[in-house]
Amino acid sequence: MKMLVKGNEAIAEAAIRAGCDCFFGYPITPQTELLQYMAKKLLRSNKVFVQAESEVGAINMAYGASSCGKRVMTSSSGPGISLKQEGISYLAGAELPCVIVNVMRGGPGLGNINVAQSDYFQAVKGGGHGDYKVITLAPNSVQEAVHLTYLAFDLADKYRNPTMILLDGMLGQMMEAVEFEDISYKEYNKDFAVTGDRNKEKRITNSLYIIPEELENHNIKLNKKYEIIKENEVLFEEYQINDAEIIFVAFGTCARIVKSAVKKLRLNGIKVGLFRPITLWPFPEKQLEEYSLNDKVKMFIDVEFNMGQMLEDVKIAIGKRKNIYFIGRTGGMIPSVDDIVEKVGELVEKGVENIV
Amino acid sequence: MRILFSKPKALSSISTHYCPGCGHGIIHRIIAEVIDELPQDQKIIGVAPVGCSVFIYDYFNFDFVAAAHGRAPAVATGVKRSIRDALVFSYQGDGDIAAIGTSEIIHAAARGESFTAIFVNNGVYAMTGGQMAPTSIPGQITVSSPYGRDPKIQGYHIKLCEMLEPLDGVAFIARTSIHNIKNIEMTKKIIRKAFDIQINELGFSIIEILSNCPTNWGMTPIKSMKRIEEEVIKYYPLGIFKDKGGDIK
Repeated sequence: MKMLVKGNEAIAEAAIRAGCDCFFGYPITPQTELLQYMAKKLLRSNKVFVQAESEVGAINMAYGASSCGKRVMTSSSGPGISLKQEGISYLAGAELPCVIVNVMRGGPGLGNINVAQSDYFQAVKGGGHGDYKVITLAPNSVQEAVHLTYLAFDLADKYRNPTMILLDGMLGQMMEAVEFEDISYKEYNKDFAVTGDRNKEKRITNSLYIIPEELENHNIKLNKKYEIIKENEVLFEEYQINDAEIIFVAFGTCARIVKSAVKKLRLNGIKVGLFRPITLWPFPEKQLEEYSLNDKVKMFIDVEFNMGQMLEDVKIAIGKRKNIYFIGRTGGMIPSVDDIVEKVGELVEKGVENIV
Repeated sequence: MRILFSKPKALSSISTHYCPGCGHGIIHRIIAEVIDELPQDQKIIGVAPVGCSVFIYDYFNFDFVAAAHGRAPAVATGVKRSIRDALVFSYQGDGDIAAIGTSEIIHAAARGESFTAIFVNNGVYAMTGGQMAPTSIPGQITVSSPYGRDPKIQGYHIKLCEMLEPLDGVAFIARTSIHNIKNIEMTKKIIRKAFDIQINELGFSIIEILSNCPTNWGMTPIKSMKRIEEEVIKYYPLGIFKDKGGDIK
């Protein structure tokens, strides 16, 4: 049965269905409905809900509950995620699963509460101190946010790693028809978790390795894990890409605007397609690289609600093989379908081969 | 042959890294003695801090979760809410609990979280080399208050027990010391009392223990214990500030 649900609430409901035991949060726009939904549902069940004193408190409560083997979620928006970075680094270091939702707003600083994709760097480049990675999932519809919430809990447990669901405020706030299929989630062996049982072998959750060789080995081990994730967990969507001469790259709700632009441009006979990364880390680098080796493809256009954050990863994948253009708006401003269509028209008129 | 004195079962056999004469060894031992008195099936989880006692998880024979600097009360909240029947205690120094982690301890206390905070106050950031702590007393010379702590410039010391006492979530709050045998024995009794308060789910419990730091105070262990008695207690009076436990043992 389909239901009309707000993005933030859909993620909360999906989390509960995915077996989330504990939620720790702090109010911040445009994420707050997620916290409110969790309060309404978890406080009337046998589960844990705490409205923490700060985002720092919330992420460290999540660290404590995850140490006990619980399925844990916390959510926030940019400025709050900045405060959570300390705890996210500790979660990654101690190899503790945790699902973190970032309903992005405009930055830097207090910025504003409008639609933006300003936290791409923060999500995919580690974000806090030390060498680590956070699995980052970017839905582009409320229905996909539900699926990716299920997946986020699974990946967090499978790899014992923090996993982030990264969406913009538009998706958090908008209502769409969704279906919550009954999911039977996999139970993972949590033999790392503390129990307090003194008749069993002692367990410690910790990210401190004071001996240099041990810390280096720990980092090598983490890196091997990240390589396995890169090999196995990349997700992306392709649209009208097979015969495309111009490939758009966009993620999240921005990709929906681009998809409309693709439809419009196709009607004008321009062969355009869309490549949409769903996992931002691991980034679908190999797939993009393949397109850059395809002679038919003349150029790439990266479109984002920021000043070009994913653009850096797109450039790494494509190198100097093809021209890459960028369309970006920030601060709550978004490119319209016509803006994108016009820009492509200009590029085509100039002749893509000659554009520098 | 009759054994008169032995290592508590709750303590591991790993040698500690603490400096000679440091109070942490005494406090670890009395916590272990109290735990030995509890039934063996009582679940126990410690939450380790950052600071001199960062390796505390090596020295005890039960589960530990190691927290970031100052965050032990938030971590302990997550742990205790996940495993309600475990006895959960955090162990924190003065910089950890009364500076970087002030927010976490105040709110854990206000929420009445059912864990016990053991707060070791030696008036310096000892691990980083003896800088002024939030609890350094007026006039105290440290490497970052080389002319003595001047309240006009560096402000006043924080009295955590007095700050937390009015909060309704706090069930038990006391300040003790380990500068002599009598006070060590009293500290042990108070720890037992705080644990019983927790086991009876009466609310949040905290014990501030005045301790020494011979290395960073630049004193012999004996002189450092005398300093607690003669100088530190004047600023930090000992006693039970609140006890909702009534007659529980």
